[in-house]
Amino acid sequence: MVKSGTLILGVAAQLLLPLQLMFSVFLLLRGHDAPGGGFIAGLVAAGGFALYLFAHGRRAMHSLLKVAPRDLIGLGLLLGVLSTLPAWWRGQPFFTAQWWDLPLGITLSTPLLFDMGVYLVVLGALLTAITALVEIDQADDSR
Amino acid sequence: MQLAVLAGFVVAGLTPWLHRVAGARTPLLLALLPAAIVGWLLQHWSLLAGGGALMLEQAWVPALDITLTFRLDGLAWLFACLIAAIGVLVLVYTGGYLRGHPDLPRFLAVLMAFMMSMLGLVLADNLVALFVFWELTSLTSYLLIGFRHTDPLARQAALQGLLVTAGGGLALLVGFVLLAEAGGSWSLAELASRGEAIRGHVLYLPLLVAILIGAFTKSAQFPFHFWLPNAMVAPTPVSAYLHSATMVKAGIYLLARLHPALSGTSAWTLGLALIGGVTLLLGAVMALRQTNLKLMLAYSTVMALGTMTLLLGIGTRAALAACLVFLLAHAFYKGALFLVAGILDVMTGTLDVTAMGGLRRLLPWTALTAAVAALSLAGLPPMLGFVAKEALFGALLEAGGTGWVAVVAVTLAAGLTLSVAAIVAIRPFLGPLRDPPRRPRGTPPALLVGPALLAALSLLTGVAPGLFDELVTVTLAGLGASGEALHLVPWHGVGGPLALSLAGLVLGVAVFLRWESVRARLVDVLAPLVARGPEVWHSTLGWRTLQLAHWQTRILQNGHLRTYLVTILMAWLGLVGHALLVRHGSLSWPGSAWQAHELVVAALMAAGALTACMVRSRLAAVAALGSMGFSIALTFVLFSAPDLAITQLLVETLTVVLLALVLFRLPHFTVLSTPLQRWRDLGVAALVGALITTLMLAVLGGERLPSVSHYMVANGQPLGHGHNLVNVILVDFRALDTLGEVFVLALAAVGVYAMLCFRAEEAGHG
Repeated sequence: MVKSGTLILGVAAQLLLPLQLMFSVFLLLRGHDAPGGGFIAGLVAAGGFALYLFAHGRRAMHSLLKVAPRDLIGLGLLLGVLSTLPAWWRGQPFFTAQWWDLPLGITLSTPLLFDMGVYLVVLGALLTAITALVEIDQADDSR
Repeated sequence: MQLAVLAGFVVAGLTPWLHRVAGARTPLLLALLPAAIVGWLLQHWSLLAGGGALMLEQAWVPALDITLTFRLDGLAWLFACLIAAIGVLVLVYTGGYLRGHPDLPRFLAVLMAFMMSMLGLVLADNLVALFVFWELTSLTSYLLIGFRHTDPLARQAALQGLLVTAGGGLALLVGFVLLAEAGGSWSLAELASRGEAIRGHVLYLPLLVAILIGAFTKSAQFPFHFWLPNAMVAPTPVSAYLHSATMVKAGIYLLARLHPALSGTSAWTLGLALIGGVTLLLGAVMALRQTNLKLMLAYSTVMALGTMTLLLGIGTRAALAACLVFLLAHAFYKGALFLVAGILDVMTGTLDVTAMGGLRRLLPWTALTAAVAALSLAGLPPMLGFVAKEALFGALLEAGGTGWVAVVAVTLAAGLTLSVAAIVAIRPFLGPLRDPPRRPRGTPPALLVGPALLAALSLLTGVAPGLFDELVTVTLAGLGASGEALHLVPWHGVGGPLALSLAGLVLGVAVFLRWESVRARLVDVLAPLVARGPEVWHSTLGWRTLQLAHWQTRILQNGHLRTYLVTILMAWLGLVGHALLVRHGSLSWPGSAWQAHELVVAALMAAGALTACMVRSRLAAVAALGSMGFSIALTFVLFSAPDLAITQLLVETLTVVLLALVLFRLPHFTVLSTPLQRWRDLGVAALVGALITTLMLAVLGGERLPSVSHYMVANGQPLGHGHNLVNVILVDFRALDTLGEVFVLALAAVGVYAMLCFRAEEAGHG
């Protein structure tokens, strides 16, 4: 249940995960102008990790992710709150969007920061739920 | 001023770190802050003496007219000085009292936070700011009473104190809102000048009652007095500082502060004088019933608080002056006596006066301090306590009328207090030496310096009370009782007040000489009364509330998901349906033509929903629901909402993943509901469906509901810098909503995690 052990799924997950992650980042970045955005991108990334989890097991996913999914939630919330601060610093109403044009045609903005926060919270929340379910699965299996 | 108060909170937060660096010297370092505040206050006295007031304003919630305004006038100066000066002494004392205690940093941090809350309370000019600081003192008091949190008694007393004072705080909030409504301002200074309008307002009586409940709970007036003696389980510096010198006087401060706005009516006079009178008699009698030194002092504090309330109720200029002098005298001698009790506790290991005796030979300086402070408590010359008592009797006699009841009560209480003072000062120190649990050795100077200074102040200001002339006169002017300068003298000469003092003296000495038998009889007589007293009402009330909570939890939170769903849906139906019926008139079917593929998608959706309801297998139900979800996604695509379609597809996919994980864990499919219940569920579902349809029609045909989409479409690119409107709305226009939703999502995830992991742990243990 937790770890399929199927060769095809294992290889497919290994190949698909980077693609899915890249696609999710692509969705995140283009979200402001075309379909996409933090929420959708977070769902895509969570799908990729879930596939990897089923193919290779919990431990492999944790060693890949390096941090606990719960910490992603906290980080995302922190980014969301941080994105409100620049406007405050400039004396504008809370949450006023700030845009900075950098050289090389790069544009940074607080909405982007906020969207990254949403991305991380969605990813973290889903992975937290999925890994928690997998963990009780294992606890039950080991008995 | 803001700087002083807010910096204090920062210092409180840094205390543990400071303790790591400075070690045992931390209390002394921390004492520098209140010492600096005292210096600052003294420096500004000349400004106040000229009749001015220092005002600093900082907008806080401008939309609600709430400001963080601090205002330093005579009354605030008096209280702030007491708080900061006694704070210095208590911090120094704590350094000796809790030397080497592992939780010392926590204690100091909370104590500093309390000190700053209390300063904020007396300096705040805005009602809301005052309320916030008021609640902060309740909270810090809770933490300090429960400092020895491994002791169940301490926890219980802390909770009791919090429930009583915070419950009163709620009443106070109601009273403040009504007061601001009646007076048309949130500023205390402005309210003070609108007394006529407030007293004539129709809300006067309710707001007075609410504010009095708040003040009485904080200042331990009958019938809320019981939490104060129980709070004596706290470490002695806390008892001396919070529960005698400062926090319990917050109620007195509030009553004095609102005196110009609220006083002068018969309701005010009657309420304060009656409650104050009952409280002072009760405190004096109950004090004699105790043998524990701290409890005796606590009940005599109750008596003092009752006296001040009584004086505020009488409200003449002489009574207000007497109240202020009494406040000062009480802060000095009671602070000193509590700290002495703490020394005895540390040195001998007991607080029981009947177990102590002859300690003057072992603790000579402590004995001397106790004797001086007790003289002031007893109200004997040449102490400040005597000046205060003469002023008290003078004010009562001057009030005349039915004041004679108060005169009798106060005389009785003064006599009983004198015997308490005698017991406290004489029993532990004179007579033959008894063996306490621990044999005391010399007192460390850190412990002695605080009480000795306070006792010396009692004596010094008793000999030269003229030091307070200017302060009392200025403060009285701030309370709306301006007049010629007041002159306090150490000796009033022979007269009515002196006669009453003598009567009290005779009574006090008589009671002291027969204390053992008096106490035994008091215990017998009072036992049945205490067993039915307010403390029992309070605990019964708490217990009943718990029962009610259990009952309503059983009804509402019965653990059946279907009950929750039906409740939520029915409530939604009722509210939204009602609003729709009342607000919205005719509905019309949209005229656009139907396309064949749209009908197919709609049929797919309906089929999916019906199948999910009918099948008897979970897997089939999941599949049916999934097909419905994909049909919905298809609808989004058809109506050109790609973002929604993508989201829907992904959510459906991940739902399948999650369901796959739990599906095999579920018990076998069983039918739990009766046919009748299923018919009811069908009815609810049909109603919800009908309502949703109506709602959609109302929104689509809505001339009455102006659409915001034009604004969004017009401003998405110029203001939001984005072409994808959905995303611009999510992360820019409505970012605050999104932030809230993201927090909900995070909470839900944490909830799922906690539930699953605790279950797994339980299963692991079981």
